[in-house]
Amino acid sequence: MPDVLIELFSEEIPARMQTRAAEDLRKLVTDGLVEGGLHYAHARAFSTPRRLVLAIEGLSLESPTQREERKGPKVGAPEKALEGFLRSTGLSMDQLHTHEDKKGAFYVAHLTKPGRPAPQILSEVLDKTIRNFPWPKAMRWGSGSLRWVRPLHSIIALMVTEAGAEVVPLDIDGIVAGNTTRGHRFMAPGAFEVSNFDDYAAKLKRAFVVLDATERADIIEHEIRNQAFALGLELVEDKGLLAEVAGLVEWPVVLVGEIGADFLSLPPEVLQTSMREHQKFFSLRKPGNGQIVRFVTVANRETADNGATILQGNQKVLAARLSDAKFFWENDLREVANVGLSGMAEGLANVTFHNKLGSQKARIDRICALAREIAPLVGADPDPAETAARIAKADLQSAMVGEFPELQGTMGVYYAKADGQPDAVANACKAHYQPLGPSDDVPSEPISVAVALADKIDTLTGFWAIDEKPTGSKDPFALRRAALGVIRLVVGNGVRGSLNSLAEVASVIALKQLAYQKRLYAEFRGEGAGDGAAGGFNFDHKYLEDSTFQLHVLRVPYREEEVLASTDEAAWLCSYEKPAIVSADLLAFFHDRLKVYLRDQGIRHDVIDACLAMPGNDDLTLLVNRATALSDVLKTDDGENLIQGYKRANNILSQAEAKDGVEYSFGADPKFAETDEERALFTALDEAEAAIAPAMAKEDFATAMAAMATLRAPIDAFFTATQINTDNAIVRRNRLNLLHRIRAICAGVADLTRLDG
Amino acid sequence: MSVSTDKPRSFQEIILRLQAYWAAQGCAILQPYDMEVGAGTFHPATTLRSLGSQPWAAAYVQPSRRPTDGRYGENPNRMQHYYQYQVLIKPSPPAMQDLYLGSLDAIGIDTALHDVRFVEDDWESPTLGAWGLGWEVWCDGMEVSQFTYFQQVGGHDCRPVSGELTYGLERLAMYVLGIDHVMDMPFNDPQAPIPLTYGDIFRQTEQEYSRHNFDAATTEMLLRHFEDAEAECSRLLAFEPADPNSGKRIIMVHPAYDQCIKASHLFNLLDARGVISVTERQAYIGRVRALAKACADAFVQTEAGGWRAEVTA
Repeated sequence: MPDVLIELFSEEIPARMQTRAAEDLRKLVTDGLVEGGLHYAHARAFSTPRRLVLAIEGLSLESPTQREERKGPKVGAPEKALEGFLRSTGLSMDQLHTHEDKKGAFYVAHLTKPGRPAPQILSEVLDKTIRNFPWPKAMRWGSGSLRWVRPLHSIIALMVTEAGAEVVPLDIDGIVAGNTTRGHRFMAPGAFEVSNFDDYAAKLKRAFVVLDATERADIIEHEIRNQAFALGLELVEDKGLLAEVAGLVEWPVVLVGEIGADFLSLPPEVLQTSMREHQKFFSLRKPGNGQIVRFVTVANRETADNGATILQGNQKVLAARLSDAKFFWENDLREVANVGLSGMAEGLANVTFHNKLGSQKARIDRICALAREIAPLVGADPDPAETAARIAKADLQSAMVGEFPELQGTMGVYYAKADGQPDAVANACKAHYQPLGPSDDVPSEPISVAVALADKIDTLTGFWAIDEKPTGSKDPFALRRAALGVIRLVVGNGVRGSLNSLAEVASVIALKQLAYQKRLYAEFRGEGAGDGAAGGFNFDHKYLEDSTFQLHVLRVPYREEEVLASTDEAAWLCSYEKPAIVSADLLAFFHDRLKVYLRDQGIRHDVIDACLAMPGNDDLTLLVNRATALSDVLKTDDGENLIQGYKRANNILSQAEAKDGVEYSFGADPKFAETDEERALFTALDEAEAAIAPAMAKEDFATAMAAMATLRAPIDAFFTATQINTDNAIVRRNRLNLLHRIRAICAGVADLTRLDG
Repeated sequence: MSVSTDKPRSFQEIILRLQAYWAAQGCAILQPYDMEVGAGTFHPATTLRSLGSQPWAAAYVQPSRRPTDGRYGENPNRMQHYYQYQVLIKPSPPAMQDLYLGSLDAIGIDTALHDVRFVEDDWESPTLGAWGLGWEVWCDGMEVSQFTYFQQVGGHDCRPVSGELTYGLERLAMYVLGIDHVMDMPFNDPQAPIPLTYGDIFRQTEQEYSRHNFDAATTEMLLRHFEDAEAECSRLLAFEPADPNSGKRIIMVHPAYDQCIKASHLFNLLDARGVISVTERQAYIGRVRALAKACADAFVQTEAGGWRAEVTA
């Protein structure tokens, strides 16, 4: 069985695309071969900055011969039909066979489609694969029309058998497949021939190319750890960077350099980010205090001076980069010292958050007011919560975050501490963005929780108010993530309270803010001060001017005279009467997200529905506790069977009520009980009720559900022993009333009718 | 590769060696375009000549202005006026990378001692409606050039594709000469009777233009000139191709494109003056792009842009 070696040799392929491209090559070629009737034993793909490589083992020599008997016209059919059949099969009259069935004799063509040799199939598959390769971005070059990620220079396409290697015939827009390649761009640029995969890999290594990206990454990591160990330092792990760097070099050479003493006082996150983002350097830190003291660069070659020139150059570039970072850091600290972090935040008035929702400052004003409201619910004081909200996004105005957006929040914590804020307030600068994704940590410090919730709820109500909801796969403002964040913050911290009323408060704050800004703007215009270009308003002028612009789904009245009387916007935003509006749509969105969240926790959708149907379903903690308890009890034998009993009771009762036109809801009396099982059920219901009521009062769903589950045996026994619809009307009514007790007890815990099965 | 591994001694020697090298590779050595541009790409020898089917090979120095980058001559490597070296070859030759590496050798970068790498960097110019794929070229971790295969310019597919090289001359020269602050860099030979540094020539102008760009340029005038340039560009392109005086077919692409360049620079000045908001910014870029696109549309209707009288006649 032959082996196959493919190499597509090009100019430098972007690091981030290499792994995927190698996998695509493997899949497209092997799928194509199988489709062409071939089979193979094993296929591996590799990538370097300049090549995609595929090695296939044990390919079949040719596709199998296919035989077909094609039925033709009847013997004696019109001449035309016969001619058509001969034409379509390419046969002559004397090559046809005649067969007989119960309808009579008919012609049959015995067709043989010979198998095709593997090189021919491979050549076609390669041609198609190369011309239609799924690069994220492809390009043309020179005068050609072929598209590849960067100019494609040469192709190796070899079929290797015991007899030797044979070049697969392939010509793609003038690039003719052969058996030669080149080594490292600088260390071994000459061409050489290869005869099979092992020969290829070995010769490449002699030509300073490590073919396997995993091997390159291992070499890099191993070498960094060795050199770090020798220096008494440790590597700051960065798998993403390791994979990227492995895609930038064919011959990795690890060089460790010093970071100038001037820069060692920078926060480690700044050093690491600057070095990673700009220079693709790794960081080495001291094991004790985590201080970053060395950088690691991975060069693509060995040199006569053992990398001294390369290291010197990199050091110089780094010094220039870190000079910038240091300048930003010192500038930011100076500004914090001069105007405080809240002063830095003032500049956010000039940054648009969304044209219909005002500036970042307008947004922060709302978050401040909302954070005050949420603070007591999470065990935080309103004042520090407001302070934290006021400064939480101030670092967006810092020079450092301007340069490195990914340091938002992280810099805020440093600057807040420099501003003299207590840790609990400072930490909120970073924590209020969290959780950033399903696996990110949920903050637990009360002030951080308050600001994080206020931030996300303001975002959600704001975008709901201007009708920018997620649709299908489009969620440009990451509202699903915000809703999941709210859910995880609430549930993770056991926060109690009505989400609806918080959303209402947030909506009212937004509306009042708009009203206030409109009033200021009207006054400004009234004074003839121009068109407002220099007015420093928190909203786009066209919305402030437009008397019909309202945050349109909100219909909250505010008192005009109150707006006119107030002179302190921030204070006014914090003082309001709670309105009675329901943002049912937003709540439904939360419930959808909650279902996704709970499904990931292994809670079935019907269990969630059974709990959503209960009152207080906008208290997410209560809802989740209930759903968790119900889910747990359903996993027990009693729980699962209780549902059957409950449904049976409910069905019989509902049917009887429909038939009789009455409600059986009262007055089941043990004295009309005829069987032991019936009496036992009375006792069991009394006991369960006695246990469930106080548990429910304490919202101890686990105890309540466990008590409910004890009803399973008595209910089953009752149904086995007792006929509900007896001729005795009194006994029947009594039994139906008894069934009602089962329904009532269970319905107080969850709506079990919504459960499947 | 060539043998000039001896180190150049001045900024101008690096420029001269690049000129000699690319001349030896067969490029026409052009002179800078006589207008204010933000980058060498704006030179019609690149923007317009990358369009259409006619072969092209040119190299030139282009003084470039980025008003927002002014630092009063104090930043070691940031200025509002600097030089780019630009090479454009159409169609891009198969050995374009090797040709480029040869130019590094020509200016004294010994690739046997340095770590030269091609790192992904896709190029896009929103104002020119242009994009291409390529790399930034790193030498020991420092970006020394941009290398781009043009795919589209002014909204037109480039057929054939041009290979474009852009060297940031100051940064490259500082690296080769081992200079830490651009103003300290020898401009001519340090052994010359009258040695001049980069700072001798440009420190004062950096100060003057920084002040002008950030604080003094009259914004109303700039806005007005922007409108004028925009209108004039469209007006020039609206003329009938047939010129009544000469009786020839003359489309005034280059004069129109000059107005597009002007509009672009005026926008940059307005940006530096801080009078363009984030939302307006996009609108202005869109307006310049519309001009660039109109010029590109017109250029491909000219002979230099591949138009043939007999084809249409």
